[in-house]
Amino acid sequence: MHIHRLEKLWIIIGTAMLVVFLVAIGIGAYAMGNHPPGHTSSIKLDPEKVYETPPFDNPGLEKIGENEYNAYIVAYIYGYNPGNIEIPVGATVHFYVTSADVVHGFNIPGTIVNMMAIPGEVNEMTYTFDEPAEYLLLCNEYCGIGHEYMATTITVKG
Amino acid sequence: MIQVHKTTDSKLSLSHILVAYAALTIGGICGMLQGLVRGGVIELPYGIGYYQVLTAHGVLMALVFTTFFIIGFLYAGMVRTTGPLLPTVNKIAWVGFLMMTVGTVLGVIMVLLNKATVLYTFYAPMKASPWFYVALVLIVVGSWCALVAIVSQFRYWKRTHKGKISPLFAFMAASTMILWFIATLGVAATVLLQFIPWSFGWVDTINVMISRTLFWYFGHPLVYFWLLPTYVVWYVILPKMIGGKIFSDSMARLAFILFLIFSVPVGLHHQLMEPGISPTWKYIQVVLTFLVVVPSLMTAFAMFATFESYGRSKGAKGLFGWIRMLPYGDVRFLAPFVGMLLFIPAGAGGIINASNQMNAVVHNTLFVTGHFHLTVATTVALTFFGVTYWLIPHLTGRTFTKKLNRMGIWVTIIWAIGMVIMSAAMHIVGLFGAPRRTAYTTYNDHPVALEWLTYERVMAISGVLLFIAIILLVISIVMMLRAPKGEEEFPIAEVNAAAGQTPAVLDKWWIWIIILAVLIVFAYTMPFIDLINSGPGSKGWVTW
Repeated sequence: MHIHRLEKLWIIIGTAMLVVFLVAIGIGAYAMGNHPPGHTSSIKLDPEKVYETPPFDNPGLEKIGENEYNAYIVAYIYGYNPGNIEIPVGATVHFYVTSADVVHGFNIPGTIVNMMAIPGEVNEMTYTFDEPAEYLLLCNEYCGIGHEYMATTITVKG
Repeated sequence: MIQVHKTTDSKLSLSHILVAYAALTIGGICGMLQGLVRGGVIELPYGIGYYQVLTAHGVLMALVFTTFFIIGFLYAGMVRTTGPLLPTVNKIAWVGFLMMTVGTVLGVIMVLLNKATVLYTFYAPMKASPWFYVALVLIVVGSWCALVAIVSQFRYWKRTHKGKISPLFAFMAASTMILWFIATLGVAATVLLQFIPWSFGWVDTINVMISRTLFWYFGHPLVYFWLLPTYVVWYVILPKMIGGKIFSDSMARLAFILFLIFSVPVGLHHQLMEPGISPTWKYIQVVLTFLVVVPSLMTAFAMFATFESYGRSKGAKGLFGWIRMLPYGDVRFLAPFVGMLLFIPAGAGGIINASNQMNAVVHNTLFVTGHFHLTVATTVALTFFGVTYWLIPHLTGRTFTKKLNRMGIWVTIIWAIGMVIMSAAMHIVGLFGAPRRTAYTTYNDHPVALEWLTYERVMAISGVLLFIAIILLVISIVMMLRAPKGEEEFPIAEVNAAAGQTPAVLDKWWIWIIILAVLIVFAYTMPFIDLINSGPGSKGWVTW
């Protein structure tokens, strides 16, 4: 098969760039721990018994160390339980999120906290809040007629 | 040279194209309304819901317009390059058309009745009327008739032309439909095995993650089902349009085979932010996703090589002199060409979306909406518009007039400007975190959300601009159907003499389909085992 000399060069350069790029995101994921959220080892729960299943029978913050928290949050139509969370600046929060009904989003604009809340599954993500502010937490997956009202705040106190 | 309008198949092809444009018109009205509501400019009257309009926009544009146009266009090209459809093939094609049309009408009725406000992705456990899912089955099974028709016609040609390499158009048409079939197996599986039994009440619960994974097994190759016919136009038709030659037949076929292979086992990159799937399988599918970069680079090379060779053959001087030799004044070239240029930033955005880590910044924000308004709604749509300006005259035995050309150039300019402004606003505000698929809201006047409003107003204005382009396009189509009788060419380019023989292996489907099947089994088996072992399913919810 005849391939033009310049086309060979073009494909080789392009493929080399692609390999560099894939290695970079691979290093990001495996060496630096920047995996996307969610793990298969999480607790599986019955979507109809969310509030009876630990840890979501007691949603909220749990202090686990010096300025380090677990946050167990249930997304529902059209809000988050608990809402209006307050934490001190510099806090590291491990979010554990599930849904009590349909699929919801869990997004804090201005951060990389962005994940899906899916009934029957627990999604997990860790974030350290270094800047004091009133962060907006909103649902970014269509969940029904009141979807655009589904939001709350996370207040990081300085 | 077969003139399609002299065969009975021209009606078949034209019917598909006209349904496609009916869908585009209604979908366009919905799109404009949506932009105006989201920007806070108007409120919808008579209790019509924003999400109802959004569902109609997505279904009509992404599923109906594209599928009908593509199938109608591929039939015409099959007739042009392989001869009139065999009588049985023609019958199967009409059965498919009827099923798809009935499915579309049924689906639209369900959306209008507010029984299926689930958006075009219909994520479980939102539960629409079972008839909405039945409508989807009709559309998909109808499109499988088109697969049977096109592949049968292709095989008939191969049988009657032993030892010859198939016409490039026919090869590409068959690969497009094979890709479609393999992709739609996923959506057919989730709709037939999960949604229909569940929505009729035969079973109580649904496994949400399996339904999502099957949907995205389909959802990503779906975009290549839009893109491959666009590439057919670029590879086979544009060279003829400018008076040039196909740069390389074998590289064109190889590119299509690579697209076929690397567009299916990659759906998990739409699910990077989801639980229940291991990060390693996400990363593996991200790597497979990015391999489409290779055929994309081949396509870019072939296009510009064709343009440059043509320009130089006309005496263009210097490194870039050929750029001035292209027929920009002809909408049949201009529209696809503008689409091609805008595919460059569109592709760059896609690389961001599919990256393991960067996806966290843009997932489910308007950035993603901006991305597919550049890809499908600009690159693909403009290419199809350009085709329409010669295909309808060709199918109806009429001429493409100067007046039509002027109209088409206006449509192209307004559409391109509207889409560039709209998708730029969407990309920027998406980076700030504005969610997609959300009605007008300021989240209790939260300062973060208030900053988004300006961009959302820009989106509203560009939506109106796009609707003006659709009106001009519809007027053009009416004018085309009443243009003076005559002959309009269906352009099919010849291969450049220096390109060399095409190896027969590129024409042997079974090899490539086996490789694809192995890759799909590799990429999906472990994730599916994990998902099947998850906990109890979900009951249905009607939240609209």
